[in-house]
Amino acid sequence: MGLTAAEKIFEAHTVEGTPRAGQFVTARVDRVLLNDVSGPVAFRQMRAMGAERVADPSRVVLVNDHFVPPKDVASAANLTVMRQFAREQGIEHFYDFTEGGIEHTLLPERGLVAPGELIAGGDSHTCTYGAFAALGTGLGSTDMAALLALGELWFQVPHTLRYDVVGSKRPFVSGKDLILYLIGRFGVDGATYMCMEFAGDGMAQFNMDERMAICNMAVEAGAKTCIVEPDEVTRRWASGMAFNRPVREVRSDPDAEFAARHTVKLDELVPLVACPHSPGNVRPVEEVRGVRVHQVYIGNCSNGTLTDLRQAAQVVRGKRVAKGVRAIVVPATQAIYRQAMAEGLLAVLMEAGFIVSAPTCGACFGGHMGVLDRGEVAVATTNRNFRGRMGHPESQVYLANAYVAAAAAIAGELVAPQAVAA
Amino acid sequence: MVLEGRVHKFGDHIDTDVIIPGPYLTQSDPAFLAQHCMEGIDPDFPRRARPGDVVVAGRDFGTGSSREHAVLALKGLGIAAVVAESFARIFYRNAINLGLPVVTAPEAARAARDGDRVRIDLDRGTVEVNGQVFPAAPFPPLLQQLLLGGGLVPFVQARLRQASRSAG
Repeated sequence: MGLTAAEKIFEAHTVEGTPRAGQFVTARVDRVLLNDVSGPVAFRQMRAMGAERVADPSRVVLVNDHFVPPKDVASAANLTVMRQFAREQGIEHFYDFTEGGIEHTLLPERGLVAPGELIAGGDSHTCTYGAFAALGTGLGSTDMAALLALGELWFQVPHTLRYDVVGSKRPFVSGKDLILYLIGRFGVDGATYMCMEFAGDGMAQFNMDERMAICNMAVEAGAKTCIVEPDEVTRRWASGMAFNRPVREVRSDPDAEFAARHTVKLDELVPLVACPHSPGNVRPVEEVRGVRVHQVYIGNCSNGTLTDLRQAAQVVRGKRVAKGVRAIVVPATQAIYRQAMAEGLLAVLMEAGFIVSAPTCGACFGGHMGVLDRGEVAVATTNRNFRGRMGHPESQVYLANAYVAAAAAIAGELVAPQAVAA
Repeated sequence: MVLEGRVHKFGDHIDTDVIIPGPYLTQSDPAFLAQHCMEGIDPDFPRRARPGDVVVAGRDFGTGSSREHAVLALKGLGIAAVVAESFARIFYRNAINLGLPVVTAPEAARAARDGDRVRIDLDRGTVEVNGQVFPAAPFPPLLQQLLLGGGLVPFVQARLRQASRSAG
């Protein structure tokens, strides 16, 4: 019997146990990622464990991205704790909010994620790294504290759900629609504890940015982790990164045992939205046409990439945001921000009436920079629309790709993007 | 270990954003977080909850964010255990790590109503609701050891002490 990609990656990192699906192992991870929400709690727990020093500072990455720029004194204090910890522990990979951006977009940009690696993060969207044929998994602060102290931790090796993606996608369909389609079809706990694996010729139509959007929301199906089988797109990206460490292309064996296997026909996908209050409440945008919108938010760790900004600019070029709609764009990192300026994308968006925010997790999780009032409706390219996620418990969030979000800004209501972009 | 307490019943897919909303994540003091526990779905909950009470829920309890603050908020209220039909993965780990018993018992979770008393026997793997005894899914040995040992902190403490002894 062959092995899955997840089993092989765990095998390469296991220090104790049998790395087969369902088994418990102790594994060493390549990266230990913390942000200004999970970090301060993890540092406290690490000290409670009796550890003074982190096991391997070179593997630790600290990113100030959630409450940035700080919204109040309490958030500022957490950023201070992050800076102090980085200094005391000699952590080279520390990114303050003027130097980096949103963690899951930033790490791959800075070459801190390579194919075949195992990444643990104090953030549920750590599964994003599947886009780069790496395994990323989200953990709470106490698990992360153990990783800081020991460099290794127990994991249950996941079973794999395999998706063979075939066919050609239609205009205005993006990676977001592939993952929303699967969450809608299999449910928000349809992949609990599993690895979602994407392969097949159809995947070549999704660039690395769109693959991030796909993998980012695997956790919204309950998944532990996610992986896109490495292909020519992965190889081109990896060669551009010029890694100075070995790049391991790991793929499932032809006779690997999958918990289930599904074929996804891209030709059947249309632009989708996840309606309030669940990422699993998915419908074609055409079916909810006409829902009035107060705010449009294009950003976050799933869809704040250059590809998203290009898609949004394509829709809004030469048009105006509808009266009564506030449109906010949040480039995910400083590098994306600069590139979007160089390409003229920010000018297009601002001329249409968007405002541009500094990179931040911001309003996606109801932190700040665009929180919703009672009764308000937002269309957001983010990953969660739980009750109260972006503000008041009686606000509503529709999740969508950047074309759909941009079209809603122009129309003032949910609408198929082709109706606006034409 | 046997726990007995009054039930607060919740539905399916109770996410960590409603257990403790994002704006409060600048703080990590359990007493502070407790005041806002379940604010997104039941703002009155912190006033009704008493130490020793048990949260009972449907499928996929704790779905969403990795915020350990969700467990801290429940612990801050003195919630003794969570019984559910199923749990989301990260919340489940966080709870075990902080010594909060999370019991997967689908039939018991469906049977229990708000205000009922439940009796959880962690050793025998049962949950009793109104005199009816239901099975609970057994913990894998490692998790049982972590939970009964008071969570991951003492576990890592012991490992570090052992390592420094063998190095010394």
